[in-house]
Amino acid sequence: MSWLNEFPSLGSEQLSAMRRTIDGVFRGFTREYGEGIERMFDPLRDFLLFSERLLTQSPWPLVVAAIALIAWLGSRSMKIVVGTVLTLMAIGYFGMWDDTMKTVSMIFVCTVVALAIGLPIGIAMSRWDRLQKIVLPSLDVMQTMPSFVYLIPVVMLLGIGRVPGLLAVVIYAIPPVIRFTNLGIRLVDSDLLEAADAFGASTWQKMSKVQLPLALPTIMAGVNQTIMLSLAMVVVASMIGVQGLGQPVLKAISNQYFTMGVFNGLAIVGIAIIFDRVSQAYGKRLQKHLEVVHG
Amino acid sequence: MVDQAISTTPDANSIGISIRKLYKIFGPTPEKFLERVQNGMTKQELRDDHGHVLGLRDINIDMPAGGIQVVMGLSGSGKSTLIRHINRLIEPTSGEVIAGTEDVVKMNHNELLRFRREKTAMVFQKFALFPHYTVLENAEYGLEVQGVSSKKRRERSMKWIERVGLKGYEDNYPNQLSGGMQQRVGLARALSNDAPILLMDEAFSALDPLIRSDMQSVLLDLQQEIGKTIVFITHDLDEALRLGDKIAVLRDGEVVQQGTGQEIVLKPADDYIESFVQHVNRGRVIRCRTLMQPGARVNGPDVDPSLVIEEAARLLTVDNIEAANVVTAKGKHLGVITMNDIIGAIVPPKPEVAEDAEVATAADY
Repeated sequence: MSWLNEFPSLGSEQLSAMRRTIDGVFRGFTREYGEGIERMFDPLRDFLLFSERLLTQSPWPLVVAAIALIAWLGSRSMKIVVGTVLTLMAIGYFGMWDDTMKTVSMIFVCTVVALAIGLPIGIAMSRWDRLQKIVLPSLDVMQTMPSFVYLIPVVMLLGIGRVPGLLAVVIYAIPPVIRFTNLGIRLVDSDLLEAADAFGASTWQKMSKVQLPLALPTIMAGVNQTIMLSLAMVVVASMIGVQGLGQPVLKAISNQYFTMGVFNGLAIVGIAIIFDRVSQAYGKRLQKHLEVVHG
Repeated sequence: MVDQAISTTPDANSIGISIRKLYKIFGPTPEKFLERVQNGMTKQELRDDHGHVLGLRDINIDMPAGGIQVVMGLSGSGKSTLIRHINRLIEPTSGEVIAGTEDVVKMNHNELLRFRREKTAMVFQKFALFPHYTVLENAEYGLEVQGVSSKKRRERSMKWIERVGLKGYEDNYPNQLSGGMQQRVGLARALSNDAPILLMDEAFSALDPLIRSDMQSVLLDLQQEIGKTIVFITHDLDEALRLGDKIAVLRDGEVVQQGTGQEIVLKPADDYIESFVQHVNRGRVIRCRTLMQPGARVNGPDVDPSLVIEEAARLLTVDNIEAANVVTAKGKHLGVITMNDIIGAIVPPKPEVAEDAEVATAADY
């Protein structure tokens, strides 16, 4: 009766042979094409380097002023602008300016890439139910798979550094943009689409003038989520060489530097709050026309 | 007021619509059942045995160019389905929809887009205004789709915004306006298109009675100027009688009767329509032409043959006179109409069936 107590499984020999084969195939693939693939990501690396230099090498008052201006344009709220400036000053005062700027630059590039990939996928999904049926479960996998697991193939393929870090962050953070874009477009009132049809709008006119503008507040909620998720990945990504606030946290973990960990953690919280408040206030402003003034 | 609409001369550009043998079956494989439905399969049978829904069956309507065609029916009668066939928001299962000289059903995608842009405009029951556009931008929508320059579309849309009484609200968002005002925006959006066909799908049904009657006046007034071919869907008989030059009554996807309001009220085709028209104010529907008797001129006021008899009665009551002369606009004497005839026509014949029913219920107690 031993089969009852022991789960039927492949023998350890077969299992290790299987692992070796798959790993071998992937390693072979990496050796063959790794360099070419790495070169494919060169423009991305240049973009990353450019934005990082821009933020770290510009005079700090200029950077603070620029971020404050963006906060103002997004939120139109003096309270948020003052909060933003105070947070940045505090971060700088406690000596975390450079790391913070590296992280901000990383988040910025990740968000841009996530939008550039996620928006078209979300739009396509909203138009084809069959695509939605394929993409939604893939997103579930991306979101539940422990992030450390997909660091492995990324590192095998591209080594360590900024670009593999960026990829890992984008994979982790892109699902909300795709989901919310799809959802926002699908939620647009069918009466409005019928009206657009009745006036002879083409597919493109419907998408650009009716569906996307009306879905924008929902899409912004997705962008907000994406930013938050990329911030959450910063520490994990630091394990594969992404510079910024994650590095000192990693150092603090391995050396038990309590204060250092807390300070850098708080800096991450600080910029998270800035990003969150500004993008939410912007999303809310987009919905201003929905305020009912007259019965 | 119905008279005004009738006397409208059709615009030289206006086009009539004729619907021929139109069938619509909803379901996964409508073609399979078309022939059987054409051969008389009932709606019930189609639904219960084959899981398809009969939307429209053998619709034949000629809609006059430059006139108001009302399609009336209760909910579920297929009237909204029918109007959506005219600009092909719904694909027919079989049949023809001929607007002017073109068959809408045969158009390819691009022809259809052009037809919708240039030949039709639509007003919706639930307004369907774009919430992210201002009143002006909403009114400009049809022109924007057509690719008209922003200066030109502003000019044209402002004219119609003013005409429907919304001047000063052009920068508001639809949500900031009341229902009646929102539907004025819907009307301005449709009129800015300057298309010869205006499709109105229960356009005033969501409005409260006073505002509804107000909007009916606005529409009749406008129609005097624009002389478009208007297809107006409603479930309200009073509205149908007030607006319609011609009325088609729909029931279960079939036309039960069509004709002028007067024809429908005076000669209802079956019990269904009779029960509908029973409570109508006949005085506002029947015209002097119908009631007049041949006879020499009497000492009384002159009335137009197309005047409704309620108005004629008012004229007679004011002067306390018994009879009036029916005289055409050109002064030709046609006959006379008496107060007695008018009263006889306004008070409907007693429905005998209803009386029997009353006796029966009384006996039950």
